[in-house]
Amino acid sequence: MTIIDRPSTDVAIAGGAPAGVKPSEALGVFKRPAASTSWRDWVVTVDHKKLGIMYGVTAFFFFIVGGVEALLIRLQLIAPDGKVLNADQYNQMFTMHATTMVFLFVMPMAAAFANYFVPLQIGARDVAFPRLNAFGFWCFLFGGLFLNSSWFLGGGADGGWFMYAPNSSTLFSPSLGIDFWTLGLQITGIASLTGAINLIVTVLNMRAPGMKMMRMPIFTWMVLVTQFLLLFAIPVITVALFLLTFQRSFDATFFDVASGADPLLWQHLFWIFGHPEVYIMILPSFGIISEVLPVFSKKPLFGYPIVAMSGAAIGFVGWGVWAHHMFASGLGPVSVTVFSMATMAIAVPTGVKIVNWVMTMWGGKLSFTVPMLFAIALVVQFTIGGLSGVTHAVAPSDTQQTDTYYIVAHFHYVLFGGAVFGLFSGFYYWWPKMFRRQLNEGLGKWNFWLMVIGMNLTFGPMHILGLQGQPRRMGVWTEARAGEGFFNFGFWNQIASIGSFILGFGVLLFLVNVIYTHKSKKVAISPLDPWDARTLEWMTHNPPQEHNFDTIPTVGHLDEFFHRKYETDASTHAVKQVHSAEEVMAELNAHPDEHIHMPSRSYWPILLALSLPVIAYGLIYNRMLMAVGAAMTLLTMFGWSMEPSTSPDDDFDPPAPGEGGGHTKELSPLG
Amino acid sequence: MAETAISHGHDVGHGAHSSTGLSNNKLGMWMFLGSECLLFGGLISTYMLYKGRVNAGPQPDQIFDIPFTSVSSFILLMSSLTMVLAVSAAQRKDERNMNLWLVITALLGATFVGGQVYEFTAFYREGLGFTTSLFGSSFYTLTGFHGVHVSVGIIMLMALVGMNRNKRIPGDRAEVVELVGLYWHFVDIVWIIIFTLVYLIPS
Amino acid sequence: MSTATEHSEQTEHTDGHEAEHHGLSDKQYIYIALILAALTAIEVSTYYVDFGPFFMPTLFILMIVKFVTVVSYFMHLKFDNKLFTYLFYSGLLLAIAVYCGFLATFKFFLQKG
Repeated sequence: MTIIDRPSTDVAIAGGAPAGVKPSEALGVFKRPAASTSWRDWVVTVDHKKLGIMYGVTAFFFFIVGGVEALLIRLQLIAPDGKVLNADQYNQMFTMHATTMVFLFVMPMAAAFANYFVPLQIGARDVAFPRLNAFGFWCFLFGGLFLNSSWFLGGGADGGWFMYAPNSSTLFSPSLGIDFWTLGLQITGIASLTGAINLIVTVLNMRAPGMKMMRMPIFTWMVLVTQFLLLFAIPVITVALFLLTFQRSFDATFFDVASGADPLLWQHLFWIFGHPEVYIMILPSFGIISEVLPVFSKKPLFGYPIVAMSGAAIGFVGWGVWAHHMFASGLGPVSVTVFSMATMAIAVPTGVKIVNWVMTMWGGKLSFTVPMLFAIALVVQFTIGGLSGVTHAVAPSDTQQTDTYYIVAHFHYVLFGGAVFGLFSGFYYWWPKMFRRQLNEGLGKWNFWLMVIGMNLTFGPMHILGLQGQPRRMGVWTEARAGEGFFNFGFWNQIASIGSFILGFGVLLFLVNVIYTHKSKKVAISPLDPWDARTLEWMTHNPPQEHNFDTIPTVGHLDEFFHRKYETDASTHAVKQVHSAEEVMAELNAHPDEHIHMPSRSYWPILLALSLPVIAYGLIYNRMLMAVGAAMTLLTMFGWSMEPSTSPDDDFDPPAPGEGGGHTKELSPLG
Repeated sequence: MAETAISHGHDVGHGAHSSTGLSNNKLGMWMFLGSECLLFGGLISTYMLYKGRVNAGPQPDQIFDIPFTSVSSFILLMSSLTMVLAVSAAQRKDERNMNLWLVITALLGATFVGGQVYEFTAFYREGLGFTTSLFGSSFYTLTGFHGVHVSVGIIMLMALVGMNRNKRIPGDRAEVVELVGLYWHFVDIVWIIIFTLVYLIPS
Repeated sequence: MSTATEHSEQTEHTDGHEAEHHGLSDKQYIYIALILAALTAIEVSTYYVDFGPFFMPTLFILMIVKFVTVVSYFMHLKFDNKLFTYLFYSGLLLAIAVYCGFLATFKFFLQKG
């Protein structure tokens, strides 16, 4: 039932090989499916690299959507008595902005990098469950589209991204927006959960020979911790979303105060998910800069084991702090104290990382390329955001800060200055590996500086606004109540709004850079190892072939690629280059594996994923449609389970000595 | 592959050339079950929070039929036995007994679900609806989720029997049966918790 | 290398080795099931018999014993690689810790005797 393409020996690059480029060394005899360049290949692909690109493109699209929503908010607040959005639209705008940025941009963009690079970094040829990987992507896409279809079907969700009860009930929020929100997030949640299982099994089980856990790159470590957080946090929000759906659609009493319900039930369930969620958003970016900083400091990462372990510590302690989002909710002094102390504790492993990053750069030979600029900016901006976070941990001061713009300032510094800057660092760093060209440095610097200036102009003043009492979600301000002098609300709101447009323009420059880089005839094809990097993903072609490595490398060190290029003199401790990247590649591929069989393409993932929004639309509009969707789910699950994960005669790895061929690697119905 | 850290555990399954020596699928299933603990934990906690809160509608001790539910629980417990016998048969490549025990497990599971349906309709007639009270909403949601999980398990069991008949099970059949078994046992242990916390401990 | 030896031993003794590896015979499974049934009977008896102050502890202990028995023997966790144990129990213990914390903020454990 799989679509099997004719084998070919064409260079497997979408768009074909441009003239003048040496085709990737096609050594040896391979048996691999052809990569076709039509759109159909993308629809049925199970290749982690293609899926990574699809995640990335989709996530960036939603970044623009969320960004437009933000700019509309800032336009509304740039002047007193704003008329851009009425109150109801404003509610929708901030709800959808946050929901989109958190669930449809930051999380999936991290997933994009994780999908593309984790298998490469550990020396694997794909993830453990390639079809499940594809299914996850389609769930994300369809869930995100379903969620945003609310705009055209009566309005977006309007209860704030954390959707507090009882405001989220049909009594106070009668439009369908919240129903789209709950069901859309359930669908994208499935993507996260299946992705988590996939990546954890991949990292635990599919490392190259010699790739011990403590030799894995930090990006892979951070992704691993993130997946564990997802694995355990997603079910909690799943429960919360089901309770809300049952309340709204079937009149359950979970958040119905008149029936004796406690609104705090929602808050607890949401934040038990919500706090690990913020670490889910930041850890991958921490991982990215842990790759970038050493490369552009020409020094190994300072304190590798500590950086890895502090990531795990953050993941662990992060489960014990959720109620710091609820200090003003009437928890009582005992609970508040406990969570306040736990929150202070979690600053420690985070601070440890900052120290390690700074010490990595200290004494290094720094080169301020654009990826390095974004990485350094993360360290600076996240520290600022972390400092305001520490002030929130102190419960008495948080009582003043909570629900004000001071909080908005905090989380935008850590999320934009932290997570997003890390992602941009990743774009510039890994672009040549994925797309064969380096993004233009000049445009990149403009992109960077406009984003930094824009970001600080937008969110910096929000500290002042918050402490002066501007509440969150405030839809309009007036001159009369704007205050005097330095703390005039109006002035700082105007600055913030101007800053947001500078920021938006900076993001636009990134897109300009991308287009320029790929349209211009003057941009050279990137060498294999443009940055003189340290980790395995650079020991591949540009872009990596479908099977990633002609031969799976045997790993002897942390930063294996670096160690193949450089030797340290035992007596002088001088480091000198002994091999170029090309030489390392040639040596690695001197005896390429024969009969590499990659997992086969399949259309079941997209079909199964498609059935989910059908059920969701059915729940909202027509119960018959629900039944149709459910039938579709059942049938596609059967189809999937009866399909072998690889076409017969295929295998992931070369057969071990003594073992016959034709043995499939993936065994279960959900493989 | 000389340097791969393959564990000497009993689970170097057929063709599992993995860094841990463990099967991908089994690892995936155990992780899924770990995440399900968080799912059921949330539903159980919601129930525990809400069960004694208000006096509206029938209360647990007024409506539960412990003898009936005890029989149901016993049936589900025994289905775990028949499941493990099915796995054992699959590992011995004893196809006939494997199918037999799979079918019996599915039947016991279906009996359990039937018992739940009977129980729910009885409660409803006695005045406990889904929307009646906090107890009603959280009880039906918790036990309903569990019942759906059991039903999905029954479908998987019958699918196994059917696919086996048509020789459509890809890969290692014994492992597939084992993994379905893990899911089934998990559903049983969730009920062990629910039976105690919900039924046997009065409000 | 010992890996190679063990590997070849495994391929030579398939069926018997499997049963041995998977720990228990059918008879032993039935025996365990009978124990579980007996424990369930004791649990149910708390409905009829007044256990006094032992009511809650008995039920909790029985619940845990049944849970661990099914997980360790029927789900074979006791005989499998420890990684499975760590993965599953970390999820379980996290759930218990987080949800008990959640209930504690509602003073759930203080309300009754």
